[in-house]
Amino acid sequence: MKIKTKPYKNPYFAGTILGVVLFGAYALTHSGLGASGAISRIHVALTKLLWPSHVDIISTFALMGAGDHNPLDHASVFLLIGTFAGGMISALLNGRLKFEIFKGPQISNWQRLIFALIGGLIMGYGARFARGCTSGQALSGGAVLSLGSWAFMFSVFIGGYAVAYFVRRLWVESN
Amino acid sequence: MLPIDVIAVLGKFGGYAVFVLIGIGFGVSLELAGFGDSRRLAAQFYLKDMTVLKTMFTGIIVAAILIFLASALGYLDFSQISVTQTFLWPGIVGGLIMGVGFIVGGYCPGTSLVSAASFKIDGLFFLIGTVLGAGLFGESLPAFEDFWNSSFTERYLVSDWLGWSIGATLFAVVVMALAMFYGAEKTEEFFRNKGKDKPWSWKISKRSYLAGSMVLLVTAAMVWIIGQPDPVRKWSLMEGKYAGQLAARDVFIHPLEYVKTYNEASIKLVTLDLRSENEFRTFHLSGSENAKPEDFLNPGFVGPLSQLPSQGVVVLIADNDSVSVQAWKYLKVQGVNNVYILENGLKNWNSLFEGKTISGKTINTASPPSEVLQLFPKDAYSPKIKISTKKRSGGLCS
Repeated sequence: MKIKTKPYKNPYFAGTILGVVLFGAYALTHSGLGASGAISRIHVALTKLLWPSHVDIISTFALMGAGDHNPLDHASVFLLIGTFAGGMISALLNGRLKFEIFKGPQISNWQRLIFALIGGLIMGYGARFARGCTSGQALSGGAVLSLGSWAFMFSVFIGGYAVAYFVRRLWVESN
Repeated sequence: MLPIDVIAVLGKFGGYAVFVLIGIGFGVSLELAGFGDSRRLAAQFYLKDMTVLKTMFTGIIVAAILIFLASALGYLDFSQISVTQTFLWPGIVGGLIMGVGFIVGGYCPGTSLVSAASFKIDGLFFLIGTVLGAGLFGESLPAFEDFWNSSFTERYLVSDWLGWSIGATLFAVVVMALAMFYGAEKTEEFFRNKGKDKPWSWKISKRSYLAGSMVLLVTAAMVWIIGQPDPVRKWSLMEGKYAGQLAARDVFIHPLEYVKTYNEASIKLVTLDLRSENEFRTFHLSGSENAKPEDFLNPGFVGPLSQLPSQGVVVLIADNDSVSVQAWKYLKVQGVNNVYILENGLKNWNSLFEGKTISGKTINTASPPSEVLQLFPKDAYSPKIKISTKKRSGGLCS
């Protein structure tokens, strides 16, 4: 099945769907959306597979998977599975499900992948530091007017804008 | 009344299935916005494409309007909604770190998931990075654990900080978001690579944008005008949920159960004495506080009670049931867990211990030790206190 690649939706339209989904999440589950908690749980599950005793020693790991507690037995993990499936379904229906590497025009594929890994590492670290990612803290907390979430949201933008100039070679065309 | 607790209603697996469905909706909306494409996300920081800001803030205000509209109309109990705990400074530092990760890697955790799901290799590498980063954080945490646990408030809203009503705050947030959208459109117009970038699949006229903005503004204004329900109105909305507990007297505890709870180190007990100041001065239970019936309508008084740890128990004492029951109702509708009423107040308190001694000494009735319980038969009372450890904060990020 070959589907023509369709352009992305109007951001306000996509945002409205996002808002309705977020409201649904609150109405049905008490809590909003999130991804980083489940990512952390995957990490703990992997660590537990390779080095079970280590999970009991580190406090944040132990909270998720100490003893015979399965770190993946948590609602957030199922939300993550759904998010993955939803992304795949939407990409398939819109002709965007294909192997590719998104990068700026000035760098090679390998450079891009290395920076993606490093960026992910920094992001994963920061998300645990802030106790939530852009979706959990900023989006979900922002919608219920949590002050900490708004402060967090603006600091993500500040952090990004502060460094953007120095890493512009990663993204923009050469002048 | 919303929110429903799907895991309680459908059981664990049914509940998890609902989480998968919500996740699918989340993944679809992110993918539709183009958040599976790192170039698009990064362009936000070079002012060429403000999709991130537009989509995120649209999502926030739409959800916020729906939540507080449902609450204003009595369809949703906002006190039961989990608000992420605030750790202000760790949140800000973590946010700055994430901003750097965002621009270096091109994604955030949720969007990298969607990117990897649509077979983008850079999204997959980023996702692997986040898993490793989460681990690295756990390993390094002992070095700065005190800071990480600092500046904590359980449930602190922008409206609390401004001293405004929720409705006024919501309206201001919507106005701010619309102003930001206008700014974003102008910025894009200025910085965009003319002719090169693909147009949206929806070309919308200026008039449609104006109409959309008006709908948001008017709804937010309506939420402001209706106002969030006060405890009196909330009780009339929620009576069905709690009236049964009162009728069955499930919330009235025997004095001996109070003594047992009072002596239990693992329980954080708050005893509120609603009798007159004079009576309170003459005799009160050790550790209890004198409160007036009108305190229970004061958010400043109730707030800390709704933020007790999960082992927190509130016990009300009054001369007659109608006073304590009224206070109980107000606390329940404001989201205070584990509220109980001392049966008959202190009327029979002293006579209960009259003539009883522990190793020859009379009992200090203001602070009876747990040994007292051995002076009574085991079935002297039927225990009522059930600590509900329903976690209403933390959410999915922890």
